[in-house]
Amino acid sequence: MTPRTGLRRRLVGANTLWIAVVLLVLIAVFGALRPDAVLTAFTLQTTLVETSVLLVLSVGMTYVIITAGIDLSVGSVLVFSGVTSAMTMNALHDGNATTAGWGVVLVGLLVALASGAAWGLVNGLLIARTGIPPLIVTLGSFGAALGAGQLISNGSNVAGVPDVLSDTLGTGTWFGVPNLVLLAAAVTAVGALVLGTTAFGRHTYAIGSNEEAARRAGIPVTRHLVRVYLLAGVLAGLAGFMALAYFRVASITGHDTDNLNAIAAVVLGGTSLFGGAGSVVGTVLGVFIPAVLRKGFVIVGVNVYWQPIAVALVLVAAVWLDQSRRRARDKR
Amino acid sequence: MALPLLDARELVKHYGNVEALRGASFTAHAGEVVALVGDNGAGKSTLVKCLSGVARPDSGTILLDGTPVVLDSPVAARALGIETVYQDLAVAPDLDPAANLFLGRELRRGGLLGKLGVLDKREMRRRAVASFHDLGVSLPDVDVPIGALSGGQRQSVAVARSVVWASRLVFMDEPTAALGVVQRERVLDVIRRVRDQGMAVVLISHNMPEVLAVADRVEVLRLGRRVARFDAATTTVEELVGAMTGALSQEDA
Ligand SMILES: Nc1ncnc2c1ncn2[C@@H]1O[C@H](COP(=O)(O)OP(=O)(O)OP(=O)(O)O)[C@@H](O)[C@H]1O
Ligand SMILES: [Mg+2]
Repeated sequence: MTPRTGLRRRLVGANTLWIAVVLLVLIAVFGALRPDAVLTAFTLQTTLVETSVLLVLSVGMTYVIITAGIDLSVGSVLVFSGVTSAMTMNALHDGNATTAGWGVVLVGLLVALASGAAWGLVNGLLIARTGIPPLIVTLGSFGAALGAGQLISNGSNVAGVPDVLSDTLGTGTWFGVPNLVLLAAAVTAVGALVLGTTAFGRHTYAIGSNEEAARRAGIPVTRHLVRVYLLAGVLAGLAGFMALAYFRVASITGHDTDNLNAIAAVVLGGTSLFGGAGSVVGTVLGVFIPAVLRKGFVIVGVNVYWQPIAVALVLVAAVWLDQSRRRARDKR
Repeated sequence: MALPLLDARELVKHYGNVEALRGASFTAHAGEVVALVGDNGAGKSTLVKCLSGVARPDSGTILLDGTPVVLDSPVAARALGIETVYQDLAVAPDLDPAANLFLGRELRRGGLLGKLGVLDKREMRRRAVASFHDLGVSLPDVDVPIGALSGGQRQSVAVARSVVWASRLVFMDEPTAALGVVQRERVLDVIRRVRDQGMAVVLISHNMPEVLAVADRVEVLRLGRRVARFDAATTTVEELVGAMTGALSQEDA
Protein backbone atom coordinates (compact mmCIF):
# COMPACT_ATOMS: atom_id res chain seq x y z
CA MET A 1 0.00 0.00 0.00
CA THR A 2 1.51 3.31 -1.02
CA PRO A 3 0.70 6.51 0.82
CA ARG A 4 -0.87 7.90 -2.30
CA THR A 5 -3.57 5.27 -2.66
CA GLY A 6 -4.22 5.66 1.05
CA LEU A 7 -4.68 9.37 0.62
CA ARG A 8 -6.89 8.96 -2.42
CA ARG A 9 -9.07 6.43 -0.68
CA ARG A 10 -9.36 8.72 2.31
CA LEU A 11 -10.34 11.63 0.10
CA VAL A 12 -12.94 9.68 -1.82
CA GLY A 13 -14.26 8.17 1.39
CA ALA A 14 -14.46 11.53 3.10
CA ASN A 15 -17.78 13.30 3.21
CA THR A 16 -15.88 16.56 2.87
CA LEU A 17 -15.00 15.87 -0.73
CA TRP A 18 -18.60 15.21 -1.70
CA ILE A 19 -19.77 18.34 0.04
CA ALA A 20 -17.12 20.34 -1.79
CA VAL A 21 -18.34 18.86 -5.07
CA VAL A 22 -21.93 19.79 -4.24
CA LEU A 23 -20.89 23.33 -3.41
CA LEU A 24 -18.87 23.72 -6.60
CA VAL A 25 -21.71 22.31 -8.70
CA LEU A 26 -24.13 24.78 -7.12
CA ILE A 27 -21.82 27.69 -7.83
CA ALA A 28 -21.25 26.46 -11.38
CA VAL A 29 -24.97 26.08 -12.07
CA PHE A 30 -25.85 29.51 -10.75
CA GLY A 31 -22.80 30.90 -12.53
CA ALA A 32 -23.90 29.39 -15.83
CA LEU A 33 -27.43 30.71 -15.42
CA ARG A 34 -26.37 34.25 -14.59
CA PRO A 35 -22.65 34.66 -15.24
CA ASP A 36 -22.95 38.43 -14.96
CA ALA A 37 -24.27 38.50 -11.40
CA VAL A 38 -23.00 35.49 -9.56
CA LEU A 39 -19.28 35.73 -9.55
CA THR A 40 -18.92 39.43 -9.06
CA ALA A 41 -16.90 40.60 -6.13
CA PHE A 42 -19.93 42.21 -4.55
CA THR A 43 -21.98 39.04 -4.42
CA LEU A 44 -19.07 37.18 -3.06
CA GLN A 45 -18.46 39.84 -0.44
CA THR A 46 -22.01 40.10 0.86
CA THR A 47 -22.30 36.34 0.96
CA LEU A 48 -19.11 36.18 2.96
CA VAL A 49 -20.11 38.89 5.42
CA GLU A 50 -23.52 37.39 6.07
CA THR A 51 -21.92 34.04 6.63
CA SER A 52 -19.14 35.17 8.97
CA VAL A 53 -21.18 35.22 12.16
CA LEU A 54 -22.73 31.85 11.42
CA LEU A 55 -19.31 30.43 10.61
CA VAL A 56 -17.94 31.40 14.03
CA LEU A 57 -20.92 29.73 15.72
CA SER A 58 -20.48 26.67 13.54
CA VAL A 59 -16.82 26.19 14.39
CA GLY A 60 -17.76 25.76 18.05
CA MET A 61 -20.68 23.58 17.08
CA THR A 62 -18.34 21.32 15.13
CA TYR A 63 -16.40 20.46 18.27
CA VAL A 64 -19.60 19.88 20.22
CA ILE A 65 -21.11 17.58 17.61
CA ILE A 66 -17.88 15.62 17.23
CA THR A 67 -18.16 14.75 20.94
CA ALA A 68 -21.60 13.35 20.03
CA GLY A 69 -23.22 16.34 21.74
CA ILE A 70 -25.35 19.22 20.57
CA ASP A 71 -25.65 22.87 21.55
CA LEU A 72 -29.04 24.48 20.96
CA SER A 73 -28.15 27.55 22.98
CA VAL A 74 -25.64 29.27 20.68
CA GLY A 75 -28.12 31.73 19.10
CA SER A 76 -29.50 32.78 22.47
CA VAL A 77 -26.01 33.08 23.92
CA LEU A 78 -25.14 35.27 20.94
CA VAL A 79 -28.08 37.54 21.80
CA PHE A 80 -27.27 37.57 25.50
CA SER A 81 -23.61 38.40 24.88
CA GLY A 82 -24.50 41.16 22.43
CA VAL A 83 -26.89 42.70 24.93
CA THR A 84 -24.51 42.57 27.90
CA SER A 85 -21.66 43.87 25.79
CA ALA A 86 -23.64 46.77 24.31
CA MET A 87 -25.15 47.72 27.65
CA THR A 88 -21.78 47.64 29.37
CA MET A 89 -20.28 49.88 26.71
CA ASN A 90 -23.19 52.29 27.02
CA ALA A 91 -22.90 52.31 30.79
CA LEU A 92 -19.20 53.11 30.53
CA HIS A 93 -19.93 56.09 28.30
CA ASP A 94 -22.79 57.97 29.93
CA GLY A 95 -25.52 55.82 28.48
CA ASN A 96 -24.55 56.01 24.82
CA ALA A 97 -21.32 54.55 23.54
CA THR A 98 -21.59 55.79 19.96
CA THR A 99 -18.66 58.14 20.40
CA ALA A 100 -16.73 55.94 22.80
CA GLY A 101 -13.12 54.99 22.18
CA TRP A 102 -11.14 51.74 21.93
CA GLY A 103 -10.88 51.26 25.67
CA VAL A 104 -14.64 50.92 25.93
CA VAL A 105 -14.72 48.66 22.88
CA LEU A 106 -12.15 46.38 24.46
CA VAL A 107 -14.20 46.12 27.65
CA GLY A 108 -17.24 45.37 25.49
CA LEU A 109 -15.38 42.56 23.75
CA LEU A 110 -14.29 41.05 27.05
CA VAL A 111 -17.84 41.25 28.40
CA ALA A 112 -19.17 39.50 25.29
CA LEU A 113 -16.58 36.72 25.57
CA ALA A 114 -17.14 36.34 29.30
CA SER A 115 -20.91 36.17 28.84
CA GLY A 116 -20.52 33.45 26.25
CA ALA A 117 -18.03 31.64 28.47
CA ALA A 118 -20.43 31.72 31.41
CA TRP A 119 -23.22 30.02 29.45
CA GLY A 120 -20.77 27.57 27.94
CA LEU A 121 -19.50 26.69 31.39
CA VAL A 122 -23.05 26.14 32.68
CA ASN A 123 -23.82 23.90 29.70
CA GLY A 124 -20.57 22.00 30.02
CA LEU A 125 -20.75 21.41 33.76
CA LEU A 126 -24.33 20.20 33.60
CA ILE A 127 -23.67 17.90 30.66
CA ALA A 128 -20.36 16.48 31.84
CA ARG A 129 -21.11 16.22 35.55
CA THR A 130 -24.77 15.31 35.78
CA GLY A 131 -25.21 13.18 32.70
CA ILE A 132 -28.31 15.09 31.58
CA PRO A 133 -28.44 14.78 27.78
CA PRO A 134 -26.92 17.78 25.93
CA LEU A 135 -30.17 18.23 24.02
CA ILE A 136 -32.06 18.92 27.23
CA VAL A 137 -29.40 21.01 28.95
CA THR A 138 -28.92 23.29 25.97
CA LEU A 139 -32.64 23.45 25.27
CA GLY A 140 -32.83 24.87 28.76
CA SER A 141 -30.05 27.38 28.23
CA PHE A 142 -31.50 28.22 24.80
CA GLY A 143 -34.58 29.56 26.58
CA ALA A 144 -32.79 30.87 29.65
CA ALA A 145 -30.08 32.85 27.82
CA LEU A 146 -32.62 34.54 25.57
CA GLY A 147 -34.89 35.26 28.53
CA ALA A 148 -31.98 36.69 30.50
CA GLY A 149 -30.99 38.87 27.57
CA GLN A 150 -34.54 40.19 27.27
CA LEU A 151 -34.76 40.80 31.01
CA ILE A 152 -31.57 42.84 31.02
CA SER A 153 -32.51 44.88 27.96
CA ASN A 154 -36.17 45.16 28.86
CA GLY A 155 -37.02 43.24 25.74
CA SER A 156 -35.78 45.79 23.28
CA ASN A 157 -32.73 46.09 21.05
CA VAL A 158 -29.73 47.88 22.48
CA ALA A 159 -28.35 50.68 20.32
CA GLY A 160 -25.38 52.95 20.92
CA VAL A 161 -22.66 50.79 19.45
CA PRO A 162 -19.34 52.69 19.22
CA ASP A 163 -18.67 54.05 15.75
CA VAL A 164 -15.02 53.07 15.97
CA LEU A 165 -16.16 49.48 16.31
CA SER A 166 -18.75 49.50 13.53
CA ASP A 167 -16.52 51.33 11.12
CA THR A 168 -13.62 48.94 11.60
CA LEU A 169 -14.73 45.45 12.54
CA GLY A 170 -18.29 45.96 11.35
CA THR A 171 -17.96 47.36 7.86
CA GLY A 172 -14.27 48.02 7.39
CA THR A 173 -12.17 46.16 4.88
CA TRP A 174 -8.52 45.22 4.52
CA PHE A 175 -7.29 45.07 0.94
CA GLY A 176 -10.89 44.72 -0.14
CA VAL A 177 -11.70 41.89 2.25
CA PRO A 178 -14.23 42.71 4.97
CA ASN A 179 -12.66 42.67 8.43
CA LEU A 180 -15.54 40.58 9.70
CA VAL A 181 -14.64 37.91 7.18
CA LEU A 182 -10.98 38.08 8.17
CA LEU A 183 -11.86 37.57 11.81
CA ALA A 184 -14.14 34.64 11.00
CA ALA A 185 -11.44 33.16 8.77
CA ALA A 186 -8.87 33.48 11.53
CA VAL A 187 -11.16 31.81 14.06
CA THR A 188 -11.91 29.06 11.58
CA ALA A 189 -8.26 28.48 10.78
CA VAL A 190 -7.32 28.20 14.44
CA GLY A 191 -10.33 25.97 15.06
CA ALA A 192 -9.36 23.70 12.20
CA LEU A 193 -5.73 23.48 13.31
CA VAL A 194 -6.55 22.72 16.93
CA LEU A 195 -9.06 20.06 15.94
CA GLY A 196 -6.86 18.48 13.32
CA THR A 197 -3.42 18.57 14.85
CA THR A 198 -3.53 18.79 18.64
CA ALA A 199 -4.17 16.46 21.54
CA PHE A 200 -7.23 18.53 22.37
CA GLY A 201 -8.66 17.75 18.95
CA ARG A 202 -7.72 14.09 19.15
CA HIS A 203 -9.43 13.74 22.51
CA THR A 204 -12.53 15.44 21.12
CA TYR A 205 -12.78 12.77 18.45
CA ALA A 206 -12.01 9.97 20.89
CA ILE A 207 -14.76 11.01 23.31
CA GLY A 208 -17.31 11.21 20.53
CA SER A 209 -16.24 7.89 19.13
CA ASN A 210 -16.33 5.91 22.37
CA GLU A 211 -16.60 7.84 25.60
CA GLU A 212 -15.96 4.84 27.83
CA ALA A 213 -12.87 3.88 25.84
CA ALA A 214 -11.59 7.44 26.16
CA ARG A 215 -12.15 7.32 29.91
CA ARG A 216 -10.36 3.99 30.24
CA ALA A 217 -7.50 5.37 28.15
CA GLY A 218 -7.03 8.04 30.79
CA ILE A 219 -8.48 10.96 28.85
CA PRO A 220 -10.07 13.39 31.34
CA VAL A 221 -13.50 13.11 29.72
CA THR A 222 -15.44 15.31 32.12
CA ARG A 223 -12.94 18.15 31.97
CA HIS A 224 -12.67 17.89 28.23
CA LEU A 225 -16.42 18.07 27.67
CA VAL A 226 -16.64 21.15 29.88
CA ARG A 227 -13.94 22.77 27.78
CA VAL A 228 -15.68 21.93 24.52
CA TYR A 229 -18.96 23.54 25.61
CA LEU A 230 -16.96 26.42 27.03
CA LEU A 231 -15.37 26.88 23.62
CA ALA A 232 -18.77 26.86 21.92
CA GLY A 233 -19.99 29.46 24.41
CA VAL A 234 -16.98 31.76 23.96
CA LEU A 235 -17.35 31.59 20.20
CA ALA A 236 -21.06 32.41 20.52
CA GLY A 237 -20.02 35.41 22.61
CA LEU A 238 -17.58 36.47 19.92
CA ALA A 239 -20.28 35.99 17.28
CA GLY A 240 -22.54 38.25 19.34
CA PHE A 241 -19.86 40.91 19.36
CA MET A 242 -19.40 40.57 15.59
CA ALA A 243 -23.14 40.89 14.98
CA LEU A 244 -23.15 43.95 17.20
CA ALA A 245 -20.37 45.55 15.19
CA TYR A 246 -22.00 44.75 11.86
CA PHE A 247 -25.62 45.71 12.60
CA ARG A 248 -24.70 48.59 14.98
CA VAL A 249 -27.25 47.28 17.41
CA ALA A 250 -27.57 44.34 19.79
CA SER A 251 -30.76 42.83 18.50
CA ILE A 252 -33.00 40.56 20.50
CA THR A 253 -34.77 39.06 17.54
CA GLY A 254 -33.58 37.32 14.44
CA HIS A 255 -31.45 34.65 16.10
CA ASP A 256 -34.04 32.03 16.96
CA THR A 257 -32.79 29.68 14.28
CA ASP A 258 -29.07 30.39 14.49
CA ASN A 259 -28.64 27.17 16.44
CA LEU A 260 -30.37 25.13 13.75
CA ASN A 261 -28.46 26.88 10.99
CA ALA A 262 -25.19 26.10 12.72
CA ILE A 263 -26.14 22.47 13.28
CA ALA A 264 -27.23 22.19 9.66
CA ALA A 265 -23.94 23.66 8.49
CA VAL A 266 -21.91 21.26 10.62
CA VAL A 267 -23.87 18.23 9.53
CA LEU A 268 -23.89 19.30 5.87
CA GLY A 269 -20.14 19.56 6.21
CA GLY A 270 -19.87 15.87 6.92
CA THR A 271 -19.61 15.89 10.69
CA SER A 272 -21.45 12.95 12.15
CA LEU A 273 -24.28 13.52 14.62
CA PHE A 274 -23.18 10.23 16.17
CA GLY A 275 -19.84 11.81 17.06
CA GLY A 276 -16.28 10.79 16.40
CA ALA A 277 -15.98 12.11 12.86
CA GLY A 278 -16.01 15.48 11.17
CA SER A 279 -13.91 18.50 10.35
CA VAL A 280 -13.91 22.27 10.47
CA VAL A 281 -13.09 22.39 6.76
CA GLY A 282 -16.29 20.49 6.09
CA THR A 283 -18.18 22.94 8.27
CA VAL A 284 -16.91 25.85 6.17
CA LEU A 285 -18.36 24.19 3.10
CA GLY A 286 -21.53 23.38 5.01
CA VAL A 287 -21.97 27.03 6.00
CA PHE A 288 -21.71 28.14 2.40
CA ILE A 289 -24.18 25.71 0.87
CA PRO A 290 -27.32 27.37 2.34
CA ALA A 291 -25.79 30.80 1.75
CA VAL A 292 -25.00 30.04 -1.90
CA LEU A 293 -28.46 28.56 -2.41
CA ARG A 294 -30.10 31.66 -1.01
CA LYS A 295 -27.98 34.06 -3.07
CA GLY A 296 -28.33 31.88 -6.12
CA PHE A 297 -32.11 31.70 -5.89
CA VAL A 298 -32.30 35.46 -5.55
CA ILE A 299 -30.04 36.02 -8.52
CA VAL A 300 -31.72 33.60 -10.90
CA GLY A 301 -35.17 34.68 -9.74
CA VAL A 302 -36.34 31.51 -8.01
CA ASN A 303 -38.69 32.17 -5.13
CA VAL A 304 -36.42 32.33 -2.05
CA TYR A 305 -38.85 30.25 -0.07
CA TRP A 306 -37.46 27.29 -1.95
CA GLN A 307 -34.13 27.78 -0.17
CA PRO A 308 -35.00 26.17 3.18
CA ILE A 309 -36.64 23.30 1.34
CA ALA A 310 -33.55 22.75 -0.77
CA VAL A 311 -31.32 22.94 2.32
CA ALA A 312 -33.53 20.46 4.12
CA LEU A 313 -33.26 17.98 1.27
CA VAL A 314 -29.48 18.21 1.18
CA LEU A 315 -29.34 17.92 4.96
CA VAL A 316 -31.47 14.81 5.15
CA ALA A 317 -29.49 13.28 2.32
CA ALA A 318 -26.23 14.03 4.14
CA VAL A 319 -27.36 12.41 7.37
CA TRP A 320 -28.81 9.44 5.54
CA LEU A 321 -25.50 8.94 3.76
CA ASP A 322 -23.57 9.11 7.03
CA GLN A 323 -25.95 6.70 8.70
CA SER A 324 -25.83 4.09 5.99
CA ARG A 325 -22.05 4.26 5.84
CA ARG A 326 -21.86 3.74 9.56
CA ARG A 327 -24.25 0.87 9.44
CA ALA A 328 -22.25 -0.79 6.70
CA ARG A 329 -19.10 -0.37 8.76
CA ASP A 330 -20.53 -1.59 12.05
CA LYS A 331 -21.93 -4.73 10.44
CA ARG A 332 -18.42 -6.11 10.15
CA MET B 1 7.18 -19.23 46.81
CA ALA B 2 8.05 -15.64 46.00
CA LEU B 3 5.79 -12.78 46.96
CA PRO B 4 2.99 -12.57 44.39
CA LEU B 5 3.04 -9.59 42.05
CA LEU B 6 -0.69 -9.19 42.44
CA ASP B 7 -2.67 -10.51 45.36
CA ALA B 8 -6.36 -9.65 45.47
CA ARG B 9 -8.24 -10.81 48.54
CA GLU B 10 -11.92 -11.21 49.24
CA LEU B 11 -13.17 -8.74 46.65
CA VAL B 12 -16.88 -7.98 46.75
CA LYS B 13 -18.68 -6.09 44.02
CA HIS B 14 -22.39 -5.43 43.73
CA TYR B 15 -24.25 -4.10 40.72
CA GLY B 16 -27.57 -3.16 42.26
CA ASN B 17 -28.97 -6.46 43.45
CA VAL B 18 -26.53 -8.53 41.46
CA GLU B 19 -23.55 -9.75 43.47
CA ALA B 20 -20.95 -10.07 40.72
CA LEU B 21 -18.08 -10.81 43.11
CA ARG B 22 -18.66 -12.53 46.44
CA GLY B 23 -15.29 -12.48 48.11
CA ALA B 24 -13.22 -13.34 45.07
CA SER B 25 -9.49 -13.76 45.51
CA PHE B 26 -6.91 -13.84 42.79
CA THR B 27 -3.15 -14.20 42.59
CA ALA B 28 -0.64 -13.58 39.83
CA HIS B 29 3.13 -13.90 39.92
CA ALA B 30 5.68 -12.12 37.81
CA GLY B 31 6.84 -14.18 34.86
CA GLU B 32 3.80 -16.43 34.67
CA VAL B 33 0.66 -16.76 32.61
CA VAL B 34 -2.38 -17.27 34.82
CA ALA B 35 -5.59 -18.29 33.19
CA LEU B 36 -8.79 -17.08 34.79
CA VAL B 37 -11.64 -19.35 33.82
CA GLY B 38 -15.26 -19.70 34.77
CA ASP B 39 -18.71 -20.02 33.31
CA ASN B 40 -20.54 -17.09 31.71
CA GLY B 41 -21.41 -14.60 34.41
CA ALA B 42 -18.94 -16.06 36.91
CA GLY B 43 -17.50 -12.59 37.45
CA LYS B 44 -14.28 -12.76 35.43
CA SER B 45 -14.76 -9.46 33.62
CA THR B 46 -15.90 -7.78 36.81
CA LEU B 47 -12.77 -9.00 38.59
CA VAL B 48 -10.60 -7.67 35.79
CA LYS B 49 -12.37 -4.33 35.92
CA CYS B 50 -11.80 -4.10 39.65
CA LEU B 51 -8.12 -4.90 39.17
CA SER B 52 -7.60 -2.42 36.34
CA GLY B 53 -9.26 0.55 37.98
CA VAL B 54 -12.43 0.64 35.87
CA ALA B 55 -14.73 -0.53 38.67
CA ARG B 56 -14.20 -0.09 42.38
CA PRO B 57 -14.77 -3.10 44.58
CA ASP B 58 -17.18 -2.58 47.50
CA SER B 59 -14.72 -4.31 49.81
CA GLY B 60 -11.57 -6.38 49.77
CA THR B 61 -7.88 -5.62 49.47
CA ILE B 62 -5.52 -5.49 46.53
CA LEU B 63 -1.81 -5.95 47.14
CA LEU B 64 0.79 -5.17 44.53
CA ASP B 65 4.21 -6.55 45.47
CA GLY B 66 2.83 -6.93 48.97
CA THR B 67 1.79 -3.29 49.28
CA PRO B 68 -1.89 -2.35 49.47
CA VAL B 69 -2.90 -0.23 46.48
CA VAL B 70 -6.04 1.71 45.63
CA LEU B 71 -6.97 1.40 41.97
CA ASP B 72 -9.54 4.16 41.75
CA SER B 73 -9.09 4.89 38.05
CA PRO B 74 -7.65 3.25 34.94
CA VAL B 75 -4.93 5.88 35.07
CA ALA B 76 -3.91 4.73 38.54
CA ALA B 77 -3.64 1.14 37.35
CA ARG B 78 -1.70 2.12 34.28
CA ALA B 79 0.70 4.17 36.38
CA LEU B 80 1.49 0.92 38.21
CA GLY B 81 2.32 -0.83 34.93
CA ILE B 82 -1.01 -2.63 34.59
CA GLU B 83 -2.61 -2.79 31.13
CA THR B 84 -5.86 -4.40 30.07
CA VAL B 85 -7.51 -5.80 26.98
CA TYR B 86 -11.17 -5.36 27.80
CA GLN B 87 -13.78 -7.83 26.65
CA ASP B 88 -15.52 -4.97 24.82
CA LEU B 89 -12.09 -3.86 23.56
CA ALA B 90 -12.57 -0.18 24.52
CA VAL B 91 -11.27 1.16 21.25
CA ALA B 92 -12.43 4.30 19.44
CA PRO B 93 -13.90 2.96 16.19
CA ASP B 94 -13.55 6.26 14.32
CA LEU B 95 -9.83 6.59 14.97
CA ASP B 96 -7.11 4.73 13.10
CA PRO B 97 -5.04 1.94 14.68
CA ALA B 98 -2.12 4.23 15.52
CA ALA B 99 -4.42 6.73 17.24
CA ASN B 100 -5.95 3.89 19.25
CA LEU B 101 -2.56 2.53 20.19
CA PHE B 102 -1.58 5.95 21.56
CA LEU B 103 -5.02 6.85 22.93
CA GLY B 104 -4.55 8.98 26.04
CA ARG B 105 -0.76 8.87 25.61
CA GLU B 106 -0.33 10.82 22.42
CA LEU B 107 3.16 11.87 21.46
CA ARG B 108 3.68 15.59 21.07
CA ARG B 109 5.99 17.40 18.72
CA GLY B 110 9.14 18.89 20.14
CA GLY B 111 9.55 22.53 21.12
CA LEU B 112 6.87 25.19 21.04
CA LEU B 113 4.44 23.19 18.90
CA GLY B 114 4.52 20.38 21.41
CA LYS B 115 3.79 22.80 24.23
CA LEU B 116 0.76 23.92 22.24
CA GLY B 117 -0.38 20.33 22.16
CA VAL B 118 0.46 19.58 18.56
CA LEU B 119 0.70 15.85 17.96
CA ASP B 120 3.56 14.05 16.30
CA LYS B 121 1.33 11.93 14.10
CA ARG B 122 4.11 10.69 11.88
CA GLU B 123 6.15 9.35 14.79
CA MET B 124 3.08 7.71 16.34
CA ARG B 125 2.25 6.06 13.05
CA ARG B 126 5.82 4.91 12.59
CA ARG B 127 6.01 3.39 16.05
CA ALA B 128 2.58 1.84 15.70
CA VAL B 129 3.51 0.18 12.42
CA ALA B 130 6.72 -1.09 14.02
CA SER B 131 4.83 -2.48 17.01
CA PHE B 132 2.22 -4.18 14.84
CA HIS B 133 4.97 -5.72 12.75
CA ASP B 134 6.83 -6.80 15.86
CA LEU B 135 3.74 -8.42 17.37
CA GLY B 136 2.65 -10.09 14.16
CA VAL B 137 -0.51 -8.03 13.80
CA SER B 138 -1.23 -7.83 10.09
CA LEU B 139 -3.49 -5.00 9.05
CA PRO B 140 -4.49 -4.34 5.45
CA ASP B 141 -4.31 -0.61 5.97
CA VAL B 142 -3.15 1.37 8.98
CA ASP B 143 -4.83 4.57 7.83
CA VAL B 144 -8.47 3.55 8.10
CA PRO B 145 -10.70 3.95 11.15
CA ILE B 146 -10.41 0.87 13.31
CA GLY B 147 -14.17 0.37 13.00
CA ALA B 148 -13.62 -0.52 9.37
CA LEU B 149 -11.35 -3.42 10.31
CA SER B 150 -12.58 -6.92 11.03
CA GLY B 151 -13.43 -7.94 14.58
CA GLY B 152 -10.28 -10.00 14.82
CA GLN B 153 -8.10 -7.20 13.55
CA ARG B 154 -9.63 -4.84 16.09
CA GLN B 155 -8.94 -7.36 18.81
CA SER B 156 -5.33 -7.68 17.67
CA VAL B 157 -4.90 -3.93 17.90
CA ALA B 158 -6.31 -3.94 21.44
CA VAL B 159 -3.89 -6.72 22.40
CA ALA B 160 -0.99 -4.82 20.85
CA ARG B 161 -1.96 -1.70 22.76
CA SER B 162 -1.87 -3.52 26.08
CA VAL B 163 1.46 -5.21 25.63
CA VAL B 164 3.15 -2.15 24.18
CA TRP B 165 2.46 -0.15 27.32
CA ALA B 166 2.51 -2.73 30.08
CA SER B 167 5.51 -3.01 32.34
CA ARG B 168 4.30 -5.42 35.02
CA LEU B 169 0.93 -6.99 34.37
CA VAL B 170 -1.43 -7.50 31.45
CA PHE B 171 -5.05 -8.54 31.77
CA MET B 172 -6.52 -10.03 28.63
CA ASP B 173 -10.27 -10.59 28.74
CA GLU B 174 -11.00 -13.10 25.98
CA PRO B 175 -8.35 -11.68 23.64
CA THR B 176 -8.68 -14.50 21.16
CA ALA B 177 -12.48 -14.78 21.01
CA ALA B 178 -12.80 -13.31 17.53
CA LEU B 179 -9.53 -14.56 16.11
CA GLY B 180 -8.83 -17.02 13.36
CA VAL B 181 -6.32 -19.83 13.78
CA VAL B 182 -3.30 -17.86 12.61
CA GLN B 183 -4.00 -14.70 14.58
CA ARG B 184 -4.84 -16.75 17.66
CA GLU B 185 -1.45 -18.44 17.55
CA ARG B 186 0.19 -15.07 17.18
CA VAL B 187 -1.59 -13.71 20.24
CA LEU B 188 -0.60 -16.78 22.24
CA ASP B 189 2.99 -16.25 21.09
CA VAL B 190 2.79 -12.65 22.20
CA ILE B 191 1.49 -13.77 25.58
CA ARG B 192 4.45 -16.13 26.00
CA ARG B 193 6.87 -13.43 24.96
CA VAL B 194 5.43 -10.98 27.45
CA ARG B 195 5.72 -13.59 30.15
CA ASP B 196 9.32 -14.33 29.21
CA GLN B 197 10.07 -10.64 29.66
CA GLY B 198 9.12 -11.15 33.31
CA MET B 199 5.62 -9.70 33.30
CA ALA B 200 2.52 -11.43 34.54
CA VAL B 201 -0.21 -12.16 32.02
CA VAL B 202 -3.76 -12.92 33.10
CA LEU B 203 -5.64 -14.68 30.33
CA ILE B 204 -9.39 -15.09 30.35
CA SER B 205 -10.65 -17.63 27.87
CA HIS B 206 -13.44 -20.14 27.38
CA ASN B 207 -11.19 -22.28 25.22
CA MET B 208 -9.81 -24.91 27.63
CA PRO B 209 -7.22 -26.47 25.29
CA GLU B 210 -5.91 -22.97 24.63
CA VAL B 211 -5.78 -22.31 28.36
CA LEU B 212 -3.82 -25.46 29.05
CA ALA B 213 -1.51 -24.77 26.14
CA VAL B 214 -0.40 -21.33 27.21
CA ALA B 215 -1.03 -20.95 30.94
CA ASP B 216 1.32 -21.89 33.76
CA ARG B 217 -1.46 -21.84 36.33
CA VAL B 218 -5.23 -21.74 36.22
CA GLU B 219 -7.60 -20.12 38.71
CA VAL B 220 -11.27 -20.94 38.53
CA LEU B 221 -14.03 -18.49 39.36
CA ARG B 222 -17.55 -19.66 40.09
CA LEU B 223 -20.45 -17.49 41.22
CA GLY B 224 -18.13 -14.65 42.14
CA ARG B 225 -15.64 -16.71 44.17
CA ARG B 226 -12.40 -18.50 43.47
CA VAL B 227 -13.20 -22.17 43.81
CA ALA B 228 -10.06 -23.89 42.57
CA ARG B 229 -6.44 -23.41 41.54
CA PHE B 230 -4.49 -25.71 39.27
CA ASP B 231 -1.03 -26.18 37.89
CA ALA B 232 -1.60 -26.20 34.16
CA ALA B 233 1.03 -28.85 33.53
CA THR B 234 -0.71 -31.45 35.69
CA THR B 235 -4.37 -30.72 35.14
CA THR B 236 -6.93 -31.76 32.58
CA VAL B 237 -9.85 -30.15 30.79
CA GLU B 238 -12.19 -32.41 32.80
CA GLU B 239 -10.86 -31.09 36.08
CA LEU B 240 -11.27 -27.49 34.92
CA VAL B 241 -14.81 -28.07 33.73
CA GLY B 242 -15.61 -29.86 36.99
CA ALA B 243 -14.42 -26.86 38.99
CA MET B 244 -16.31 -24.42 36.78
CA THR B 245 -19.58 -26.27 37.13
CA GLY B 246 -19.23 -26.96 40.83
CA ALA B 247 -18.79 -30.71 40.49
CA LEU B 248 -15.32 -30.39 41.95
CA SER B 249 -14.12 -28.03 44.62
CA GLN B 250 -10.95 -27.42 46.54
CA GLU B 251 -10.90 -26.61 50.23
CA ASP B 252 -8.00 -24.17 50.17
CA ALA B 253 -8.84 -22.20 47.04
N1 LIG C 1 -22.33 -3.10 34.70
C1 LIG C 1 -23.08 -4.10 35.21
N2 LIG C 1 -24.31 -3.84 35.69
C2 LIG C 1 -25.07 -4.81 36.21
N3 LIG C 1 -24.69 -6.09 36.31
C3 LIG C 1 -23.47 -6.43 35.86
C4 LIG C 1 -22.61 -5.45 35.28
N4 LIG C 1 -21.46 -6.07 34.92
C5 LIG C 1 -21.60 -7.35 35.24
N5 LIG C 1 -22.81 -7.58 35.82
C6 LIG C 1 -23.29 -8.87 36.31
O1 LIG C 1 -22.27 -9.44 37.08
C7 LIG C 1 -22.16 -10.82 36.82
C8 LIG C 1 -20.76 -11.17 36.39
O2 LIG C 1 -20.53 -10.59 35.11
P1 LIG C 1 -19.13 -10.67 34.37
O3 LIG C 1 -19.23 -9.86 33.16
O4 LIG C 1 -18.06 -10.36 35.34
O5 LIG C 1 -19.06 -12.22 33.98
P2 LIG C 1 -17.97 -12.99 33.12
O6 LIG C 1 -17.42 -14.06 33.98
O7 LIG C 1 -17.00 -12.05 32.53
O8 LIG C 1 -18.86 -13.63 31.98
P3 LIG C 1 -18.53 -13.91 30.43
O9 LIG C 1 -17.77 -15.17 30.37
O10 LIG C 1 -19.88 -14.07 29.81
O11 LIG C 1 -17.80 -12.74 29.90
C9 LIG C 1 -23.23 -11.15 35.80
O12 LIG C 1 -24.35 -11.67 36.50
C10 LIG C 1 -23.57 -9.83 35.19
O13 LIG C 1 -24.91 -9.80 34.80
MG1 LIG D 1 -16.57 -11.44 30.66
